[in-house]
Amino acid sequence: MLENSVLEMRGIEKVFPGVRALQGVDFTLRKGEIHALMGENGAGKSTLIKVLTGVYAKDGGEIYLEGHDKPVHIKSPQDAQNVGISTVYQEITLCPNLSVAENMYIGRTKGVYQNWIKMNEDAKKQLESLRIPAEPTQQLGSCSIAVQQMVAIARAVDADCKVLILDEPTSSLDDQEVQKLFGLMRELKARGVGIIFVTHFLDQVYEVCDRITVLRDGQLVGEYEIQDLPRVQLVSKMLGKEMDDLSSIKDTSAEQQPIDEKEPVFEIYGLSSTAAVNPFDIKIRKGEVNGFTGLLGSGRSECVRAIFGADPVTSGKVVKNGKEVKIKTPIQAMKMGIGYLPEDRKVDGIIGDLSVRENIILALQVLKGFFHPFTKAQAYAFADEYIKLLDIKTASADTPIKSLSGGNQQKVILARWLLTHPEYLILDEPTRGIDIGTKTDIQKLVLKLASEGMSITFISSEIDEMLRTCDRLLVVRDRKVVGELSGADLNQNKVMSTIAGGESNE
Amino acid sequence: MNKQKKSFVSELLHNQMIIPIAAILLLVIFNLISDPSFFAIKLTHNNLGNPILSGNLISVIDFGSELAILAIGMTLVTAASGGQDISVGAGVAIAGSLIFKILRGNENTPAELHAPIILAFLAACLAGMACGAFNGVLVAIFKIQPMVATLILFTAGRSIASWINMNANIVINDQTFAIFGGFIPGIPVPTPVFIAILCIIVAFLVLKFTNLGLYTQAVGINESSSRLNGLNTTLIKWVTFVILGLCVAVVSLIKVSRTGQLNYNGIAKNIEMDAILAVALGGNALSGGKFNLGASILGAYAIQFLTTTLLKLKISSEALPAYKAVVVILLVVISAPTVREKLSRMANKMKSKKS
Amino acid sequence: MNKKLVIGLTAAMAMGAMGAANVMAEDLIYVGIINNDPSESGYRDANDRDLKATFCEENGYEADFFYSMDNDEQQSAAKQMIQDGVDYLLLSAAGTAGWEGVLQDAADNEVGVILFDRVIDADESMYAASIVSDMAKEGDTAVEWLAAQGLEEYNIIHIQGHMGSAAQIGRSAAVDKAVEENDNWNIVAQQTADWDGEQAQQIVQAAIDAGDSFNVIYAENDGMAKGAADALDKANISHGVDGDVIIMGFDCNTWALEELLAGNWNYDGQCNPFQSSYIDEVIQKLEAGEEIEEKTIIMDEKGFDAATITEEDVATYGI
Repeated sequence: MLENSVLEMRGIEKVFPGVRALQGVDFTLRKGEIHALMGENGAGKSTLIKVLTGVYAKDGGEIYLEGHDKPVHIKSPQDAQNVGISTVYQEITLCPNLSVAENMYIGRTKGVYQNWIKMNEDAKKQLESLRIPAEPTQQLGSCSIAVQQMVAIARAVDADCKVLILDEPTSSLDDQEVQKLFGLMRELKARGVGIIFVTHFLDQVYEVCDRITVLRDGQLVGEYEIQDLPRVQLVSKMLGKEMDDLSSIKDTSAEQQPIDEKEPVFEIYGLSSTAAVNPFDIKIRKGEVNGFTGLLGSGRSECVRAIFGADPVTSGKVVKNGKEVKIKTPIQAMKMGIGYLPEDRKVDGIIGDLSVRENIILALQVLKGFFHPFTKAQAYAFADEYIKLLDIKTASADTPIKSLSGGNQQKVILARWLLTHPEYLILDEPTRGIDIGTKTDIQKLVLKLASEGMSITFISSEIDEMLRTCDRLLVVRDRKVVGELSGADLNQNKVMSTIAGGESNE
Repeated sequence: MNKQKKSFVSELLHNQMIIPIAAILLLVIFNLISDPSFFAIKLTHNNLGNPILSGNLISVIDFGSELAILAIGMTLVTAASGGQDISVGAGVAIAGSLIFKILRGNENTPAELHAPIILAFLAACLAGMACGAFNGVLVAIFKIQPMVATLILFTAGRSIASWINMNANIVINDQTFAIFGGFIPGIPVPTPVFIAILCIIVAFLVLKFTNLGLYTQAVGINESSSRLNGLNTTLIKWVTFVILGLCVAVVSLIKVSRTGQLNYNGIAKNIEMDAILAVALGGNALSGGKFNLGASILGAYAIQFLTTTLLKLKISSEALPAYKAVVVILLVVISAPTVREKLSRMANKMKSKKS
Repeated sequence: MNKKLVIGLTAAMAMGAMGAANVMAEDLIYVGIINNDPSESGYRDANDRDLKATFCEENGYEADFFYSMDNDEQQSAAKQMIQDGVDYLLLSAAGTAGWEGVLQDAADNEVGVILFDRVIDADESMYAASIVSDMAKEGDTAVEWLAAQGLEEYNIIHIQGHMGSAAQIGRSAAVDKAVEENDNWNIVAQQTADWDGEQAQQIVQAAIDAGDSFNVIYAENDGMAKGAADALDKANISHGVDGDVIIMGFDCNTWALEELLAGNWNYDGQCNPFQSSYIDEVIQKLEAGEEIEEKTIIMDEKGFDAATITEEDVATYGI
């Protein structure tokens, strides 16, 4: 082992039926560093981490750990814990109905008896030393997502943790929360913990990391010092090609007619739902891309859910092409030509155990009716068409969707709605948690569809992404639509100030 | 070449059908070793002079019919609701009791039937579906756990069944009525076999020509997501219970026809457990989602094969449940995904060592 | 639903009865009857009808009925009845244990307790009489009848009831003993069908499929005997009077006795559900101030032979 390193993985191999997911990958983690693991979806990041944490058995290669003379064999997540490798996943896997201290210690004590007082004291010390703003006795569910995330980390780094893996920890945090998390990461780094940081946010990589390892198609591209690798180069290494300038993608739509002149397809007045969103109006115009923006929890998702009838509608009317229509349930919305890609892909989007094919045809099949199933041949034709069109990386159309990477799952959901040929497509966070390449693909696709006459609502946490794609932005704050921006107002400063509720928003 | 073989073995081990087939094969091998005459089939005549086939294998497909029919409905309920209906035995008692009520007039041992059998059967269908609808409302609308919801009819059903006939002790000795649990004159294969095959064919046609399969699986895997794809998840869950109710009605006709009598507390006793077991043995997750109907049906016949084998071995009454339990544990453990995973890994290793 | 209805009716009847009792207290003997649910079996149903026919106003009785298959429910109902001031408590207990409190209550209030059909764990001094069927005797009577048939060899398919029930234990014991004692008595199959006709059918079918030779079917109730007979019919094996196989059943259902009358079966053993005349006799004795010498009263139980059964027997003893 190299001096200074806490973890070395050498020549790691992993084979899935039909795919060599990892091909001789090396990875080195030094003491007290934050090391970004980068790559597109399907590059092998998740697989590498799952091998390291014992979720998958490796098919070849060796893993060395500081303090072990011989290669270690990690057969289960429990093994990984025992040798000092801890993981915090994107989704919080703690119990929201238990207290913070319970979440930190339960299941980790060896004996039958639990000394509650000592546990709470230990938890308090640990929380204080890591500067986590939570009380040990507080119920975890009452903390913000960021604090919950930090508690998960506090649990993970308890005592003899040498390697901490953070898998997309920031994807549901806002900027302030991200800064708090980074503070915690730097604290741990100072204590000598090696941190593997998996993320799609380039800014964050450059803000907090020391080194970057890039994977592509299951192979190691290289390991770099952060200062030696400018962003553009990082992206091109991840994509394996010289990159299109992201900011140039909107050029095609530069010459557009003023949006007010486009005819409205849907006019929505005073709409509200049980999800506690204040009544709002919006006109959806033919061929436009509009967006709802606002902080997480502002109600931007609830607005579009109300349009689709996803939450029970309590008031308001919807007019389509001048005629009033009833939209109270998703099926009614679908029949009116509306498609909805939900924010939470796992909970509301995919049908995990069903195949890619079944997931793609589902919405169209429901529209077609119970007694008119597609033939196998038709279904395969649809699936194959969209797998090709959207470049979905899957072993076959029969693969269960849950075994695809996040970005490819998102593409499948997108395919599902495109297949219904909607007049109006709502995309709620279509780019969350997916890699840059796919993000760009999706943004390009959105603009292309709009130019073909489809109306689109696009929601993203990344404002620059919204600015690049949308013609018009509705700003949502505290469950109210507080402003509408278009034309020259579509710039970062204006949007930020409207979201923040400064004086300039009226 | 070697690689192909490897994937063939592991693919075989990953196929759901392999479990019930393996169970049946095990029982076949066991019987071949212990007494090959187990498989003898004879063509004889019954007391009415009609030709009939008899033999253990015939008994398996004959007495396995009810379980196979119930397995169809139970599989759908399991897939959509992620739970099981434990009231099917009581449902059979209710539907069967209604059949007798209509056929008997007011006599306990009617010399002739007082109503057409088809009328009695239709009434039984309505009763069965009503039971299913009741369970379905509790599960789909009131979101009560299926086991708890169906516990109500499980407890009260047999009392209702006896109340329908005011607890009368009825025996119906009618040759036409006996056909459904016996033989059609001139055809040597037991009628229940045909009824079961008919039900299975109908089930597969329904799965082929409607979206029942896709919808139930989608709802069972991810209800929220299914709703956002325009599915009426409540209705779909409810419908599966009603379908199971229909299966219950068919089973009740066969059951009461077999012996022409009705023991309110004894008829189809514990059949719900065997039906659930058939679903599990078919490798279907009892927590719902994806299902394989064929595997469930094979599972049902595997269970009957086991029962017939144990009967043939004349295991004493005291020991019978223990034997059955041991075999069932073995089968279920083998069918557990983790064990299958291990087996397929072992198979792969052995192959790669040989090469 | 049935049960609730019955309980409701019982409550209504009890209220009415209390009013009536006040007026006619001098003339009527007030009895509280605790029984198992009539839906339990044909036997229980016949038993209930018999009790209702005997303990009515015409016979000088005022009766409260309570039905439950739950021991605790039965006990609280019994205590209530004692408080209501019944003269006699007639009891067919769901379970044998836990009745001390009720019996003590009854003794304190000078209520006479008469057990019927089921016994409980209690000292004889705590109750007035116990009227029971002797299941072992039923079995003995049946086996004696079988032995008297003088077959060269007895190859028996023995279909048992629910394992561990009193009827099963009593009726099985006689067969087991005879098989042990006689070299020409053999068991071909001995399995439980849980009182269910269809399971009995499967057991006999399995024996036929295995090519076993047998000439006696000893089924511990009528339903199972019928299931067995169905399997024989299917295989065209003759049974009954002059048939190849002797069929024996228990419980004396009317339809079963008719099978006997038609010669399709050979024997049916009675399990007498008609305890009310015995109970009535005990009460009359106690009212007259007489002593009950033998507290455990075993009822007469017949066994019917297809050769000798009459239409009148069917009408009298069929349940």
